[in-house]
Amino acid sequence: MSEAPEQRTIRCLVGKVGLDGHDRGAHVITRAFRDAGFEVIYSGLHKAPDEIVQATVQEDVDVLGISILSGAHSTLVPKIVAGLEEYGALEDTMILVGGIIPEEDRDELLELGVAKIFGPGASMDEIVDFVRENAPDRR
Amino acid sequence: MKSLVDDLLDGDHRALARTISLIEDRTPGYRDLVSQLHEHTGHADVIGITGSPGAGKSTLVDKMAEAYRDRGLTVGVIAIDPSSPFTGGAVLGDRIRMASNTGDMDVFFRSMSARGTLGGLSTATTDAVKALDAFGKDKIIIETVGAGQNEVDIVRTADTVTVLVPPASGDDVQMLKAGILEIADLFVVNKADLDGANRTVQELREMIEMRRDELAVATGHHGAVEKTGDDAAAELEAGEADDADDPSWTPPIVETVAKRGDGLEELLSVLEDHREYLVESGQLEAKARERYAAEIRTLLREDAADLLSEEIDARGGIEAFVDQVVDRETDPYEVVDDLLAPIEECVREQR
Repeated sequence: MSEAPEQRTIRCLVGKVGLDGHDRGAHVITRAFRDAGFEVIYSGLHKAPDEIVQATVQEDVDVLGISILSGAHSTLVPKIVAGLEEYGALEDTMILVGGIIPEEDRDELLELGVAKIFGPGASMDEIVDFVRENAPDRR
Repeated sequence: MKSLVDDLLDGDHRALARTISLIEDRTPGYRDLVSQLHEHTGHADVIGITGSPGAGKSTLVDKMAEAYRDRGLTVGVIAIDPSSPFTGGAVLGDRIRMASNTGDMDVFFRSMSARGTLGGLSTATTDAVKALDAFGKDKIIIETVGAGQNEVDIVRTADTVTVLVPPASGDDVQMLKAGILEIADLFVVNKADLDGANRTVQELREMIEMRRDELAVATGHHGAVEKTGDDAAAELEAGEADDADDPSWTPPIVETVAKRGDGLEELLSVLEDHREYLVESGQLEAKARERYAAEIRTLLREDAADLLSEEIDARGGIEAFVDQVVDRETDPYEVVDDLLAPIEECVREQR
């Protein structure tokens, strides 16, 4: 509809990878994103890195939020990053990590290309604002 | 844009994903993109799946995609979920059910939000289907918003419309009569292992029979009531002869348990039958022609509306005209004549 203004909606994928079954945080963030006017795809629990990559590539999301509380972030995140790179989706997808990430592991993730890490104390407004301000401009 | 189309045609998944985003966002230039895709389309079977929320659409789509993949076919899925009318936000949850095809890139699954449109289909869906078609998908499945009874838009995009009915939905079946019955090419009673499935199948069958009779009356095939005996008999014979030449389609009912994959083979073969019917009866071509006609009209209306609002702005904006109408200096009809006259003249000169 050329008459309607361009409808640029921020799309997000909230992904749970690995074996941890704690999805309360992922649910809360999914709802917060929805209420902020984003389109949110929730992956469901226990996804393999491949599945997250597949979803990120196909859904062409602006933001991939990975929620990990199991401590396996140092194995899982690199796999996802590598997969995104393979499909040429790494550059214009902003990766956020949420959950329990020890201080000493943070730099490693940030160097991999994670834009920001949100720990347990992060407020919803903070996260939503960060996404609004930093979602990749793709035009 | 040129290279994006080339990449898409070369089978680059990212290019396909990006193309659909551009279409969805109505990004400037998306029209060129879609028109470049057009010549590469027309090969995929487009199957629409609709039905009330919780009927099991996503699960069925997942299993269908898996079955098609087993047969060596590639599959594209567009799943539409509702969006909030207040914030525009949406949770697109259909992907969770796509458990059988994870990691298989040849099932291209795309979630779309309805972005405020009624009728169960996003405005961009038709164009997104073209992108999947041009990409070379053999089967394209569209899963609509499970909103209820007014998802008739799907007819304009899908070749075959499948309506899912959960069992023991006695009253729902009654409601189906309103709109969905007319659009269904086949019915699937999913969760057929639950109590009440038989009854639902029975009720559906009665409705289909009733509708067939109504149609027969409407088209005059059984219009014996007003005729004298001999005429009626002749008419009836002629009618039946016509029926033999002109293949007709009565929506079949397939029972499935999507979770376990029961009834899936039958569903796929019924879909194949319908496809054959569409081809043999010439319906497929007729539908495509109708679809393109509707598309041309829609685009024309949109562009004409754009042109007109541009013209209104150039002449001082709508408010100025309203002021004149309020002051009784002119009236709406005159305003319209005034605005359109130069355009009409121009069009006639150049015709």
